[in-house]
Amino acid sequence: MSSANPTAAASGAGQRARSGRGLLRFLARRLAAAVLLCAGITLVAFVLTQLVPGDPATANLGQRAIGDPAAVAAFRAKYGLDRPVPLQYLTYLGNLLQGNLGMSQQSHRAVAQDLAEYVPATIELALFAIVLSLLVGVALGVVAAVNRDRWPDQVLRVVSLGGVSMPTFWVALVAFYLLFFKFGLLPGGGRLDPGMNAPPHLTGFYTVDAALGGQWDVWWSAVRHLVLPSLVLAVYTVGMLMRFTRASVLEILGNDYVRAARAKGLPERVVIMRHVLRPAMVAIITVAGVAFGSLLSGAVLVENIFSWPGLGQYAYHSAVNLDLPAIMGVSVVVAAVYIVMNLLVDLLYGVIDPRIRLT
Amino acid sequence: MTVTESVPAAPAGGARRDRAARSPWRQPLALVGGALVVLWVLIAVLAPLLAPQGPLDQLSPKLLEPSGQHLFGTDELGRDVLNRVIYGSRVSLPLAFLLVALAAVLGSVVGTVAGFFGGWVDGALMRLADLVFAFPGIILAMAVAAALGPQLRNAVLAVVVVSWPSYARLVRGLVLSARNSEYVAASRLLGSSAFRTMVVDLRPNIAGPVLVMAALDVGNAVLLLSGLSFLGLGAQPPTAEWGAMVAAGAANFDRWWVGLFPGLAILTVVLAFNFVGDTLRDALDPRTARAIRE
Repeated sequence: MSSANPTAAASGAGQRARSGRGLLRFLARRLAAAVLLCAGITLVAFVLTQLVPGDPATANLGQRAIGDPAAVAAFRAKYGLDRPVPLQYLTYLGNLLQGNLGMSQQSHRAVAQDLAEYVPATIELALFAIVLSLLVGVALGVVAAVNRDRWPDQVLRVVSLGGVSMPTFWVALVAFYLLFFKFGLLPGGGRLDPGMNAPPHLTGFYTVDAALGGQWDVWWSAVRHLVLPSLVLAVYTVGMLMRFTRASVLEILGNDYVRAARAKGLPERVVIMRHVLRPAMVAIITVAGVAFGSLLSGAVLVENIFSWPGLGQYAYHSAVNLDLPAIMGVSVVVAAVYIVMNLLVDLLYGVIDPRIRLT
Repeated sequence: MTVTESVPAAPAGGARRDRAARSPWRQPLALVGGALVVLWVLIAVLAPLLAPQGPLDQLSPKLLEPSGQHLFGTDELGRDVLNRVIYGSRVSLPLAFLLVALAAVLGSVVGTVAGFFGGWVDGALMRLADLVFAFPGIILAMAVAAALGPQLRNAVLAVVVVSWPSYARLVRGLVLSARNSEYVAASRLLGSSAFRTMVVDLRPNIAGPVLVMAALDVGNAVLLLSGLSFLGLGAQPPTAEWGAMVAAGAANFDRWWVGLFPGLAILTVVLAFNFVGDTLRDALDPRTARAIRE
């Protein structure tokens, strides 16, 4: 029973350590890997931006300025585009270490400042969606596994395949039309009702900030605006989590200890909740980490329809306008989110399954 | 080499029946999926016969509701939506096959080289694959497509850039397990070059699993490509492409039919491939197969 769970073993976190020092060493190693990954991602993004046939100067300067060589040269000097490429990258890394992500060529503000505004909007949306998907997806996955090969399983299989087959942007459009335009059940776009002021900026999550400030009308508006886009985002991840929950619950149902639990007369509900779902959660949490990444992808499309001022919209506009510092900034954030998610997943393993110790 | 293949320990009749029962073609989902795929391929091939007008003809009043005359209504330029949905299959299907093929070939080459040579070559290539993996697909594809310029061709390239790593990982694993086999050693001893060994001896061993993965990947390819077109980074107007048509529907969201039908087309195509792919995976993955047998 030592390496009963292949997912946990594969995560590389399955070895043993004895003391709290193990955790520290684990975190230190993770941090080192994170720095490397971050450098790698910025390098890929940087190489990519160098391969661009388009010229950022022509993309960002007005029609008249392009004809003026002095203006183009000034633009290039301002953003350091006149220096050798390797030097540009090293400069970028140096600045990055000081928290300086450069200036956006489009918004003429610091990229870090832009990101501080847009990133929380997307994280708040993605967190809403992932919680929703976990609740629905895990519950339905368990139902499917318990009824294996009977009609609820067959129906749910179609449902989950349907979920992962739907084009997110189209679901967004249909939901927008039905729930907002046709029946007016939910607000259509943005993070708050028109005319409402954002709560004082503490975390950037409107629901948290409004609650902390006691502005309950703002809080309610923020929650109502979150429902529609996060529902749309969850369609895909529910399908994904359902499949994996079903598979890992089925794997665990075959274990002897489950038979033993049933044999001693425990109610089926207790067997499932305590003896099956808990070990299954290790695999489910891993997939949830992956699902969170796919939520970021979905956010690009969903934010577009719901005019959600988030990272996806920012990424889209900077990509279309070849705003290189902004594209690089988005890459760094994406890398950071990926690293934090993986770390969280690894730490959660230990909470869920005490047999797993971090090294 | 003509060696008669002997079946080691031929399975008993019971096991064979068991396998037949799990064969993909006995599964209703796979049948539905397969039928839908065939249907869409037929629609694409026969488009000029099925559609009464060309995809770009602006022969009707704008934004007409669906009616007997225009089953799916007309769009913002007075084009018949049904026509454009039919012709859209001629854009999305071939491109999805093409880009999956490109990604599979690129990934297989990278994976073979990495697995065969090992060492720092392996390390470097696989770290690169990890990096691409870590990136949310559409964000990377968006950056590539925007960098190369918004064109359908560039969107295809962008999706290839995003999709190859899964093939590279799969093939690397297969090559690693085949590398130490005796027939590879024999081939090297006979004086084959590394290249010849890879192409002649290793390729047949990796072709099967790669084909299965490619079948599973077609649906995702359709989704990513139409997503890029939806954002305006793929097919450009007036091309009848489903993602771009949904974007037109978003611009006229109060006329539901403009966006609904092209989206349904994407959904049915992706669903069809996922039905087939899911059944294939169940039939071939020993872990799920065991779970089914129990």
